[in-house]
Amino acid sequence: MSVARIDRRFADLKAQNKSAFIAYIMAGDPDLETTFEILKGLPAAGADIIELGFPFSDPMAEGPTIQRAAERSLAAGTKLRDVFMLVKRFRELDQDTPIILMGYMNPVEFLGYERFAQTAAEAGADGLIVVDCPPEEADALTDALDANDIALIRLATPTTDASRLRTIVKRTRGFIYYVSVAGVTGVKAVDADAIADQVVRVREAANLPVAVGFGIRTPESAASVARIADAAVVGSALVDEIAALAQTKNLPENNPNRTNVLEKAAILANAVHSARLAEQV
Amino acid sequence: MSDPVLRNSYSQPDAKGRFGQFGGLYVPETLMPLVLELTQAWHDAKNDETFWAEYHSLMTHFVGRPSPLYFAERMTEYFGGAKIYFKREELNHTGAHKINNCIGQILLAKRMGRTRIIAETGAGQHGVASATVCARFDLPCTVYMGATDVERQKPNVFRMQLLGTTVSPVTNGQGTLKDAMNEALRDWVTNVHDTYYMIGTAAGMHPYPEMVREFQTVIGKETRTQILEREGRLPDAVIACVGGGSNAIGMFHPFIDYDTVKLVGVEAAGHGLDVYNGHASSLNGGRPGVLHGNRTYLLQDDDGQILEGHSISAGLDYPGIGPEHAYLFDTGRARYVTTTDEEALAAFALTCKLEGIIPALESSHAIARVGELAKEVGKGGIVVLNLSGRGDKDIATVAKHMGETGASLLS
Ligand SMILES: Cc1ncc(COP(=O)(O)O)c(C=O)c1O
Repeated sequence: MSVARIDRRFADLKAQNKSAFIAYIMAGDPDLETTFEILKGLPAAGADIIELGFPFSDPMAEGPTIQRAAERSLAAGTKLRDVFMLVKRFRELDQDTPIILMGYMNPVEFLGYERFAQTAAEAGADGLIVVDCPPEEADALTDALDANDIALIRLATPTTDASRLRTIVKRTRGFIYYVSVAGVTGVKAVDADAIADQVVRVREAANLPVAVGFGIRTPESAASVARIADAAVVGSALVDEIAALAQTKNLPENNPNRTNVLEKAAILANAVHSARLAEQV
Repeated sequence: MSDPVLRNSYSQPDAKGRFGQFGGLYVPETLMPLVLELTQAWHDAKNDETFWAEYHSLMTHFVGRPSPLYFAERMTEYFGGAKIYFKREELNHTGAHKINNCIGQILLAKRMGRTRIIAETGAGQHGVASATVCARFDLPCTVYMGATDVERQKPNVFRMQLLGTTVSPVTNGQGTLKDAMNEALRDWVTNVHDTYYMIGTAAGMHPYPEMVREFQTVIGKETRTQILEREGRLPDAVIACVGGGSNAIGMFHPFIDYDTVKLVGVEAAGHGLDVYNGHASSLNGGRPGVLHGNRTYLLQDDDGQILEGHSISAGLDYPGIGPEHAYLFDTGRARYVTTTDEEALAAFALTCKLEGIIPALESSHAIARVGELAKEVGKGGIVVLNLSGRGDKDIATVAKHMGETGASLLS
């Protein structure tokens, strides 16, 4: 499974001429049970792939929204093993939706590459994004992940030139994550027209699907990205809803706000899935 | 005068910025092209005599170097061991060693055509030094400073503002140095095209640990020349406080190849090494991990989350340490000891009274261990202490503490 699960999901969507909707949430924000409830609901809301953040105390590429999410998660006492447990529980209910873990290097280092890869694979995770691990430092980690059939998803950015791109794509599997703006998450807005050429360039270099993320907040921008990329990633806009949920008292049952997160996901998913169909009419 | 031939068998880091297993380049992909460009620019500058000519000219005429090597006669008498010398970095323009690094980096930023400077600061000394060179070279500057540090180092905040720098308080985390560094990195990722990040210590991603070291080795090189002039031989030990590690590595580096010279770094033990999250001793109380672009010793919990740590000294209040110190620690070439808040305050007071010098609280951490070192080396021996900065910025902190403890420092 694992890498194959990612490949199959992209192949299915491609056959339908659809872009994938990737939903990002932070594990343990504001607590593990709420995350589990949201995870359970995401596939039905239209999430094709889920990026599950694992919290880090010093998320240096994150804007305020996801920084706060990590703070809430750590304040609730989330440990890495809890994150694996969430994946495991989700995987018992859903065998088709790929889960990509996303976070920073130190927690991975702390557990050890081998153990991290093994535990993640056993739980049913399919990919890993490590924000602060460029290809230059990734060989040992990639070895461990490859041995456990987990894709190390690499990032390309607006600062990536052709020769850098060749370095980035070397050992990547699953898909490439194109960071659409130079900046932290959730602050600048994506301009799909401006990045269209780059997305093509990255897809050709990697021979893999390209997911675009970092600046997508609205259904309109999600649709504009879906027209040019193989996937659109939305994080901060969903996490904003979770932040609102975190402020209310009843967690997680009986909370009317909880449906807002999934409703927001459904609207974005719909925008992504119908973007190319609308174009054809 | 016997001037031993400068040895140079020591050649860290390697081409990938590694000091053994430490160092490296762990940054988000957006920054990779910039960091690689910086590495290239630094490499070119390092081999360009005109670059160093300009650096040395500014060192002489703007910074006021060489800084004196001062025989601390009364302190020597007080401890009754080896002769204690102070390398007087606190007499530099802006009052600390930090300016040595900033002069080098601003010349590099100019060379690279950057038009905006950002920096992080803890005690504010690096912030002031950055603000100073930015005024001198007419570049706009933003300094990120933890909100807690803004409060405890107010005089330096005002100095930066006078020099035309924007001080941006950071409220994330505990509002100390690591949070300021996170925020500076976020700025850099966002403003990749025009911005130069002036890191203030020999830490962070390659090439900073090596580059900052090279700009700070002026300390150790001068010390070497001066002590050979004064005593006709190398010292038996050098000692310096360690935050990120720039003043210490600047002092240590020219002596690494001389096994007879003990290298002693002093970490901040805050409330004590046995107090969980109550100290800032990354080597003595942490373990290896990855933060701020490099692998090094870090204060962290049992799940790989970084701890804030604590030190009374804002300049030492950092959960990591430069990778070269991690390497020197593991290989045993340097020895790292610790000083608590209380011990640092006592050493601060002692230096005021014995030598007529108000030392920075950072430097006071080294002073607190110099007596034992002088005794260990023994009469007839020579110890050089790097007096990294002056303490004017700390008088409010010290006064507050005297209030809390019934002015016991003055007794
Ligand atoms: C006077 C002084 N000494 C020492 C330090 C610690 O830094 P480093 O370990 O890089 O020398 C600082 C940092 O602010 C400082 O201001």
